[in-house]
This record gives sequence, C-alpha cells and structure tokens, in this order.
Amino acid sequence: MPLQTQLPTWTAIAPTVLLGLTALVLLLVDSVDPDSTRPTALAAVSVGGSVATLAVAGWYLLAGTGQVGGAIRLYGGSLVIDGLSLFFTVIVASVVAMVSLASHDYLQDRTYQAEFYSLVLLAATGMSLMASAGSLATVFVSLELASLPSYALVAFLKKNRGSVEAGLKYFLVGAVSSGVLVFGISLVYAVTGSLLLSDVATAIGDAGDFVGVAGIGVVMIAGGFAFKTASVPFHFWAPEAYEGAPAPISAFLSSASKAAGFAVAFRVFAVAFPLDAVVPMGIDWPLLFAVLAVVTMTLGNFAAATQENVKRMLAYSSVGHAGYALIGLAALSGGGPNGDVMGASMAHLLVYGFMNTGAFLFIAMVERWGLGRTFEDYNGLATRAPVACLAMTVFMFSLAGLPPFGGFLSKYALFYGAIQGGFWWLAAVGAINSALSLFYYSRVVRAMWIEDPVDGDGVDLGATPLGLYVAVLIAAVGTLALLPAFGPVVETAQSAATALFA
Amino acid sequence: MIIEGLIAATFAASMVVLLAPDRVAGRLAAALSLLPVVGSLYMWSRFDATGNALTGGDPAFETIVPWLELGGYTLNWHVGVDGIGLPLVVLTTILSTLAIVSAWASIDDRQSQFYGLMLFMEANLLGVFTALDFFVWFVFWEAVLLPMYFLIGVWGGPRRKYAAIKFFVYTNIASLAMFIGFIALLFGLGDSVSSLDMPAIAGALRAGELGSLYGISAGTLRAVAFVAMFLGFAVKVPVVPFHTWLPDAHVEAPSPVSVMLAGVLLKMGTYALLRFNFTMLPETATRFAVPIALVAVVSVVYGALLALAQQDLKRIVAYSSVSSMGYVILGLIAYTTYGVGGATFQMIAHGLISGLMFMSVGVMYNTTHTRMVGDMSGMADRMPVTAGIFVAGAFGYMGLPLMAGFAGEFFIFKGAFESTVHAAMPLFTAAAMFGIVIVAGYLLLAMQRTLFGSFRLETDYEVGPAPLHETVPLAVLLVTIIVLGVAPDLFFGMIQDAVDPLLDFGGELS
Repeated sequence: MPLQTQLPTWTAIAPTVLLGLTALVLLLVDSVDPDSTRPTALAAVSVGGSVATLAVAGWYLLAGTGQVGGAIRLYGGSLVIDGLSLFFTVIVASVVAMVSLASHDYLQDRTYQAEFYSLVLLAATGMSLMASAGSLATVFVSLELASLPSYALVAFLKKNRGSVEAGLKYFLVGAVSSGVLVFGISLVYAVTGSLLLSDVATAIGDAGDFVGVAGIGVVMIAGGFAFKTASVPFHFWAPEAYEGAPAPISAFLSSASKAAGFAVAFRVFAVAFPLDAVVPMGIDWPLLFAVLAVVTMTLGNFAAATQENVKRMLAYSSVGHAGYALIGLAALSGGGPNGDVMGASMAHLLVYGFMNTGAFLFIAMVERWGLGRTFEDYNGLATRAPVACLAMTVFMFSLAGLPPFGGFLSKYALFYGAIQGGFWWLAAVGAINSALSLFYYSRVVRAMWIEDPVDGDGVDLGATPLGLYVAVLIAAVGTLALLPAFGPVVETAQSAATALFA
Repeated sequence: MIIEGLIAATFAASMVVLLAPDRVAGRLAAALSLLPVVGSLYMWSRFDATGNALTGGDPAFETIVPWLELGGYTLNWHVGVDGIGLPLVVLTTILSTLAIVSAWASIDDRQSQFYGLMLFMEANLLGVFTALDFFVWFVFWEAVLLPMYFLIGVWGGPRRKYAAIKFFVYTNIASLAMFIGFIALLFGLGDSVSSLDMPAIAGALRAGELGSLYGISAGTLRAVAFVAMFLGFAVKVPVVPFHTWLPDAHVEAPSPVSVMLAGVLLKMGTYALLRFNFTMLPETATRFAVPIALVAVVSVVYGALLALAQQDLKRIVAYSSVSSMGYVILGLIAYTTYGVGGATFQMIAHGLISGLMFMSVGVMYNTTHTRMVGDMSGMADRMPVTAGIFVAGAFGYMGLPLMAGFAGEFFIFKGAFESTVHAAMPLFTAAAMFGIVIVAGYLLLAMQRTLFGSFRLETDYEVGPAPLHETVPLAVLLVTIIVLGVAPDLFFGMIQDAVDPLLDFGGELS
C-alpha cells in the first residue's frame, strides 16, 4: 500500500487526470503551429499519455489502491476509486494506446489529426470517469463526456456518406437514450431523495408506495446503459456506427466504450440497487438483464452470421459479445457467488479489449491497403501478408472462444460462474451461441488462408504501415498472453467485483 | 520435466520451420522432428510408472504446477504418462516424423507453413496424451483441430474446403457435448473435488461421490453425462453413424495428413473414451454394455461393407478405419485385461498399419496420379517394392499372425469372449469377427485389381519405382509393425499394468 500511506488521497484520480491532460497537450502541440500537422508527434503524445495512464492505473491496481482498506471516495463520494474503476481504466488505456498507435498510419494525409487524437483522449477520460462514478450525477455527466466526442469521431470522415450517416444515427439514438437515462435517474431521485449511489441503496428499501416509480426508474437506467454497451434494445446504432466509422474508431467504441458502459452498469446496479433490498420489492433487475443477455447474444450472433461485409460482421459480433458480458449482471442472486460472476465478466471485457481491438485494427489495415470489405476481398490475403493474417486468425478463434487463446478462458470463466450461481440455462445459451459464432469467425480465416485470391497473387499491397502492424501484433500477443496470465487477471477482477457487493 | 521439454521443443521447432524458407522446410522439419522421437524413446527406456495414472497409480515423468484458481477449483499444469499414455506418445512421435518425410514428394506449395503446422499438431498431440489435468488436456485436445483444419483446407484435394469445414464443425460440436457432460459431472461431485485434476476426479467418481445436481439424481446425471461424453468422443473415433466426416476428410487431405488423421487423431477419440467414460464411469459403461457393443459391431461390419463398395483406394482405407475402430470399442466394453489392453494395443497397431496403408496409397498416387481401383492394373510390375509393402500392410490389416494387427485383434477377441459384462458378449464378438472376412475380401480384391495382372495405366510418362525417400518411411513402418507383432510385450506389459487397476471398480453392476 505505498500509495495510501505516502501520497495524498486525491492522487488516486491520477489515471483519469492523465488522460484528460494528454487531450489538452495534444491541442497545445497543434496550436504551436496550426498550419502544419505533425502526425508522428501527435501520435507519440497520444500513445505516451495512454501508456502512462496504463502504467499508473496498473501500478495502483497491483498496489491495492482503493482495494485494501476500502474504496477511496473523492468529492463527497461523487467519484469512487476502487478495484473496479482501476481495472476498467486499464482496459480503456490499453485500447487507446493500441488505437492511437494504429491511427498514425490510418490518418496519414488527413486533416484535423490533433482534433482526432484529442477527441479520442477526451472520450477516454469520460470512460475512465464512468468507471469511477459514485453518484448518478457523475454517471450522467461522464457518460455524456464519453459520448459527445464519440459522435464526432464516428462522423470523422466527413466526405464519406457512410461515416456521416453513421454519426447522425449514433447521435440520434444516443440523444434518445441519454434522455431515457436522465429520466430514469430523476425517477430514482424522486423516490430516494439522493443521487449518491450509497444513499440510494439505503433509501430505496423504504420506497413504500413508490415501488412502481422506482421500478420504472431502474428499467430506464438499464436502457441508458444498454445504449452504451450496444445491447438490445438500444443496439441498432452499433452496426451502422461501427461500419461507417473509421476502423480505429470502431475498435475504440466497440472495445473501450462498451467496457466503460459495463463498468458504470456494474457499479450502479450492484451498489445502488442491492439485490437483498430491491428483489423482494419486485424490482428483479437480474431477470431483466438475463432476458436482455439471451436476446442480445442470440440476435448479435444470428445477424453476424448473415453478413457479407467483414466489418459489419464484427459489428454484430460485438453486439453478441455484449450479450455474453451481460451475464455478469444477469447471473446474480442474493447469496450467490455474485462477485465471481461479475469479475469473470470484467475479465472477459479485458480479453475482449485486446482481441476485438486487434480485429478492427486488422480491418483498418485492410482499408489502408485499399482492399474491399467483403469476405471475398479477403481471399488469399495470407499469401501476401502472412504475419498480419496469423494475428487476425488468433483474434477470430479467440473471439469464437477456442482454446488455446485468451477468449476461451474468459468465456469459460464467465459461463462457469453463471452455472455456479445456478443460472445453468444462461450458460447453456451462451455456450450454444458461442459454438455457432465459430461459423462466421471461421469464414474470415477460411477466406484468408484457404480461398485463392480473386485477382492473383501479384497485387502489391504497398508500403507496410508500421504503426498498424505493431498495434495489431501487440493485440495478438495480448490475446495469447492472457491464456497463461489469466489467473491473476480474473482474481483481481473478482476481488474488485466482490468488494462492490460487500 | 522431460514431457514439458518435448512439448516445448516441438512447439519451438514448429515456429522455426514456419519462419524457414520453403525450400529447406521439409528437411529441417524432419530433422527437428527426430528430437521428440529420441525423447519419447528415452522415456520408453526409462519408464518406471506403476498402475493407471487415473486410479491411484504412479505415473512416470510427472509434474504438477498450479496454474490458476477459478471458482474454488484449482487448475494445474499436470502431466505424466502411464502404460496407456506412453505407447501413444511413441506412436505420435514416430508417425509424425515419417509423415513429414513422406510429404517431401507431394507437398510443393507453401512448404514452411505445411511443415510448421504438422509440428504444431504433433506438439498438441503430445499434450493430449500426457495431460492429467482436464483443463490442460482440453486445451490441447481443441488445439489439435486448428492445424488439421488448415492442413486439409489448404493442401487438400478439389473439395478440400467442404471437407475441412465439415471436419471442423463435426468435431467442435462433439467437443461441446463432451465438455458439457464432463462439467455436469464435475458439478455433481460438489465439494469432494477441489481441482480439475483427472486422477482426483476419477477417484471421486469411482468412489461414488457423485451427488444430485439441480434435482437430477446421481444415477440419471451419471447416465446423461456418460452419453454426452460418449457422443462427443464417438465423433472423433468415429463410430457409425457419426463417421460421415471421415471419408470426406481423408479423400481430400493430402496423404501425409491422412496418415496423421488415421494414425493418431482417431486414437484421440478412443484414448479419451478409455480415460473418461470407461475409467471414470465404469458402472454406467457396463450398464450400457449392450448398446455400446452393438455400436461397435455395427461399426465393424457396416464400415467393412462400405469399404467393400468403394472404388477409391483412399476411401477403402478410410472406411476400413471405421471398421478397425469398432474393434477397439468392443475391446473397451469387454472390461477384461485382454479386452481393454488389447484395445489399447490395437490403437497403436492400427495407427501404424493405417499409416502404412495411407502412405503407400500416397506413394502410388504420386506416381500414377490416380487412386481409382479401376484405373490401375499390374502396379507390382513397375513398383515392386511399394507394391510388396502395400501387400504386407494389407495382410497386417487383415490380422495376419506375426504382425501387430494380429496381436491387437487377437487380444480383443480373447478379452471380449471372456467378458462378463453381459451374457451376450460372446455373440457380439462372434458377429464382429465376421468383419475380418469382409476386410480380407475387400483388401484382396483391391490388391488383385490394382497390383497384379498385366500392367495397364494410361500415362504419357514412364511409370517407375518410387524414390528412396518415399519407400524408406514405408519400410520403417513395416519393420515396426512386424517387431510389435512378434514381440507385443514391448508395449503390452506396460499396457496391462495400467489397465488392470481400472477393471477393479468394485461397484454394483446395476
């Protein structure tokens, strides 16, 4: 515990502050000479800032900040630093580091690069705040801080119809679901008289005649989070946005933004609506999430199976994975091994952060090479870019949950936790969906390695985009390394989640 | 430590070969694959295990290192070999090297990837046969599928894509069924086990620690889990009616891959049946003796009849594998020393013999570019050595005495006749023995038509004997088969030692 004893408490927020500062430094670097862009300097600052955040958050996590001796509460409890917030900050920072590294090549010869990087970092700041939000007010503010830059980033390719349409759709659905969320918050506030999660928890048991109001509030809050995590029923922006957005942004949104959505959902539901108090009142939110989980994973998988466009397939697969992660909110019961289930879900989101980011960054690389978007366009790619295709193969099999990759172990832990909690049917649906998902993931692998290229082997892919390559390889190494190193990860996640229920 | 060393060295070799230039990849892979051969033979010479690794025996070269903890269960890196595992390890290493050498002639595209995948598969196979922790075992078990998928899909024949995906989907769904069955058992055991250690789980199951789960009684749970695991492994073996992926995979796969598929991958299924179903749930197995024996007999006879109907030499050998694997199942369900021990011995014998058959078909194909029985005649005239070895291998398949196949089948029949699991076992055995007649029938027929008679083959080039590097692997295999046939005790002693403890389960035969 070096931190709590040797540094003032407010330093616990350092990872989030570092992300925000990096965004400002990026704007500063750009304003030194507004007429010229320095892509390398911008990418370096962005990568450096996110790696520094990763290092600090990782150090805090290992040192036990906010875990040993209870969570650190700042600003009257509006911000809470504990294992959960640090864990998700690690996920967000890792994704931002990989995405920034890849964007260096992706953005080549584009304008507004500084704005791009700083918007990414600002959104990441919001996501990190979401993970630490201790009151419903900070929940809403941080969610907006994460969302608003994301809208702009999706529409970043402003001369591309798909990108602009995706941005608009994302914005409209986002605005509606923000409204739903804030209305839900107001209903909960009306019943409990507080926005602080811990106070809501104590007051909601005495809701009395207002149980119905509280229940509607809870459902509406769940709806707001469903938007951020791309879950049914607020999922339909996701395929559009992920497909239309620049591929690094798709990676960022589908990995980091989804994880942050889960972070805030985990905390709000576990802390503010304790199972022992609300389930007897009839507000059975785990049941709600169980239904959402089943529908989300099934819908995501079946929609993904019918796609011809690889990026869109990955977008739907991302919806499917939101369904798996929702098990962490669904397979809960009073007295059950709730911390273990939620922790397994957190660990899955970390592994997902690597494998899914890697997959979208591979698509970014394919877009950079100027190849098409359908499965056929990937035919025979392995003969031209074997190393990158090997990495993509790792991502696909890991997403499908095959051993020997990280995704296998994290899905295993998740389904296993669900069974332990008595939700074997949830695990069964998950396992069946996971088996079906192999169909469309293996299509990519098949196209790359087994099919013959349509236009012969001779096409030159051009210069190797070094940053993209390195980012994809880092993601692949991470996906592989999370198999042997899964033990400490899942233990950290489970103890963080258990602390939430305590 | 030697097991880890072997697996790690083979993985490392696969990476080295993957990055090597195409023109040296084949030679390099063969050279590096000698390392596991030497290692496994060294293990054989220093083998000091007693009993069955799963029923309280003392496996050789054992290591246990904790890996991670999940929901109250410890996952360990736990490997070791007993008298059942070691022969299969030796089979894997020898057959891999020979398959790699036999690939020199036929694989002329993306060689480094091909040989890298072969070695990668070998490393995982070694893991399957040595792992003693369920989780470690499962990781290796699944990881074998990936290289196989690519090996069929990239280097296979015209319908390779269909065959590869069929293989992949069949075996993956089977794995899922097996996995669910096993996990259900694990939960049924409750607090009596605290790890996924296979010896611990087998011990608890054999001691009758299984409780009820979600209101399902222990008896039902045992039966359901047994069926789920049996189905899962039956696809891999394969038994009728889950065999349809096999001929497709074999016909499309290049010959060296067929060698591995028939020689080692099918044995994963029977090995797992022995380790899981027949070791962990012996009472349930004996309860299902009649349906299992029936499946075995149907596989033997129907597989042989299907082989009789084929025109493609590779299909003939592929279907005859279904038939031979039926004998293994029959031996397992007999629950006698000779039955189960013979089944284990037959796994090795069939691995070597079917490897030899696929390899010699491959050698002939490389020269003639056809595998159709009707296209060839009198091949013995032009390729006397290959034809001779092919004839010897076929006789081994038919169970000619002094060949490994005879020892395996003889042990199985002896054990199955003696079996007491059900009064009708001698009847089933007699029915299965009829399969040998059909085997002899189709193999003699095929040989007569392709090898003998006057030479006839329409080619625009001179058909001559195969080069030395193609015949040497054949000869090595043939010598091994004869050695094992003359002296089965090289392996059978250790097999018996490992099999005997598992027959003694003292439970009620209900």
